[in-house]
Amino acid sequence: MEDNVKSMLQEVIERQEIPENAAYNIRSDGKAAARRNTKHIQITPKKDKPGIDIHVSGEAQKEEVFIPALVTHSGFTDLVYNDFYIEPGADVTIVAGCSVCSNGCDASEHHGIHRFFLGENAHVLYLEKHVGSGEGTGERIINPETEVYGDPGSYMEIETTQIRGVDSTNRVSRAVMQDNAKIEIREKILTHGKQYARTEFSVDLNGNGSSARLISRSVATEQSSQLFVSNMNGNADCAGHSECDAIIMDEGKVSAQPEIHAEHLDAKLIHEASIGRIAGDQLMKLMSLGLTEKEAEEWIIRGFLK
Amino acid sequence: MLELQNICFSAGDHEGILKNVSFTVPDNRFVVITGPNGGGKSTIARIIAGLQTPDSGRILFNGEDITGLSITERARMGISYAFQQPVRFKGITVRDLIELASGEKLDRDHACKYLVEVGLCAANYIDREVNESLSGGEIKRIEIAVALARKSALSIFDEPEAGIDLWSFRNLIGVFEHLQDQLHGSILIISHQERILNIADEIIVLANGSIRTMGPREEVLPHLLKEESQAFCPRETN
Repeated sequence: MEDNVKSMLQEVIERQEIPENAAYNIRSDGKAAARRNTKHIQITPKKDKPGIDIHVSGEAQKEEVFIPALVTHSGFTDLVYNDFYIEPGADVTIVAGCSVCSNGCDASEHHGIHRFFLGENAHVLYLEKHVGSGEGTGERIINPETEVYGDPGSYMEIETTQIRGVDSTNRVSRAVMQDNAKIEIREKILTHGKQYARTEFSVDLNGNGSSARLISRSVATEQSSQLFVSNMNGNADCAGHSECDAIIMDEGKVSAQPEIHAEHLDAKLIHEASIGRIAGDQLMKLMSLGLTEKEAEEWIIRGFLK
Repeated sequence: MLELQNICFSAGDHEGILKNVSFTVPDNRFVVITGPNGGGKSTIARIIAGLQTPDSGRILFNGEDITGLSITERARMGISYAFQQPVRFKGITVRDLIELASGEKLDRDHACKYLVEVGLCAANYIDREVNESLSGGEIKRIEIAVALARKSALSIFDEPEAGIDLWSFRNLIGVFEHLQDQLHGSILIISHQERILNIADEIIVLANGSIRTMGPREEVLPHLLKEESQAFCPRETN
């Protein structure tokens, strides 16, 4: 593996190496660069379209699978369909994420369409980090779509991180949860320059005892802009909570469009949203400990996105 | 030594919040400012720390005019300020604040020491975020612990008793009694509490933006306590 590709991979998965006992499928410029199956995790390429099927056995407990995707140069558009079949009782961490590098004037794009089918009482922690790099003028574009189908008692956790680097992103996440199924989505975004980020969450809580928690923390700096759209439907005796906290700096713009729909008398849905600049008293407190205003800002942003 | 010379401050339509306020806080002295609500006490504290700028007058710290200096510059010169209403953050922990205050990375035991001093079970708090989950009393104690960690030449506490129930505050009195031994500097406390007044070297009574009286505790306190009707210094009932 070339050094630049290796460093892109390390940044996406936030590790020096993929652990020896983990399954993986590394996708680079639309092709499978490397793959490994394990006893409980089988990865097979799709026959009808680009992408892979990942089967996780119910025997898998606290196991990991890595499926990073890399676009290493300008002028390439990657489109991939990945389906995850998680058997009942499985407990797995999926480290995904995407790195796009622009080294010319054409755009580098990645479109990843992921579907998760969680069996009863299965647990998935899905980590997805977006990274944009390179000195080219072409846009770095990442548009992920995620669908989650949670059988009774299943638990899906999604953590997405995009800190600088990506010029344009449109993230669409949908989930349908049955009895006692739970989903938690934690999103962190920081945009700068003229970047644009759109996030859309749509959750159907169809089962009694099902629950959803959407947490978005975002920072829009310079001339960047962001749009947060959430749509939570309580169709049973369920609980849903979404919160969107955004900090705007410079000429940054953030819009939040939360919707909650209760279609059942026992649906309990809450939405909280706050958008604003860094609070003056937070800056003053840290400055009173000896930090400069700039250092105080950095501390506050780092904590906010932690 | 801190010296305020003819400090005046107005805010919008509210003229005369401070009217020609002058006083000094000598080195290694424990000075308490007391007086009725709305009298300008907190404004004085904020002006000394640099959070607000006076309309006129001068502030000297160790002989240097600091009136035009920023909050950061004053902090680095050795002025610390504990807020009356402590600020909450997302993602910043108690340990982060203590380390920022002390200016260095601390081992866990060292960082915890400051929390123990203000009566908190350190293990339960050191890694907690300084966010909305903390009660008013908890965050107030943390604010005091952070001020202790600064070990400044001048430590300002704005109503340390605010938000802490009377019973807990009695335990905190010990912290303030030993403060000078630890800090080796001057202490300026805004307070209504008789127990705090009792350990002051000097007391300044501020009312309606002006100093009504000031002097050694032995002279000022007896007058305050005689004036039972004065709302600004309630006596304790024990």
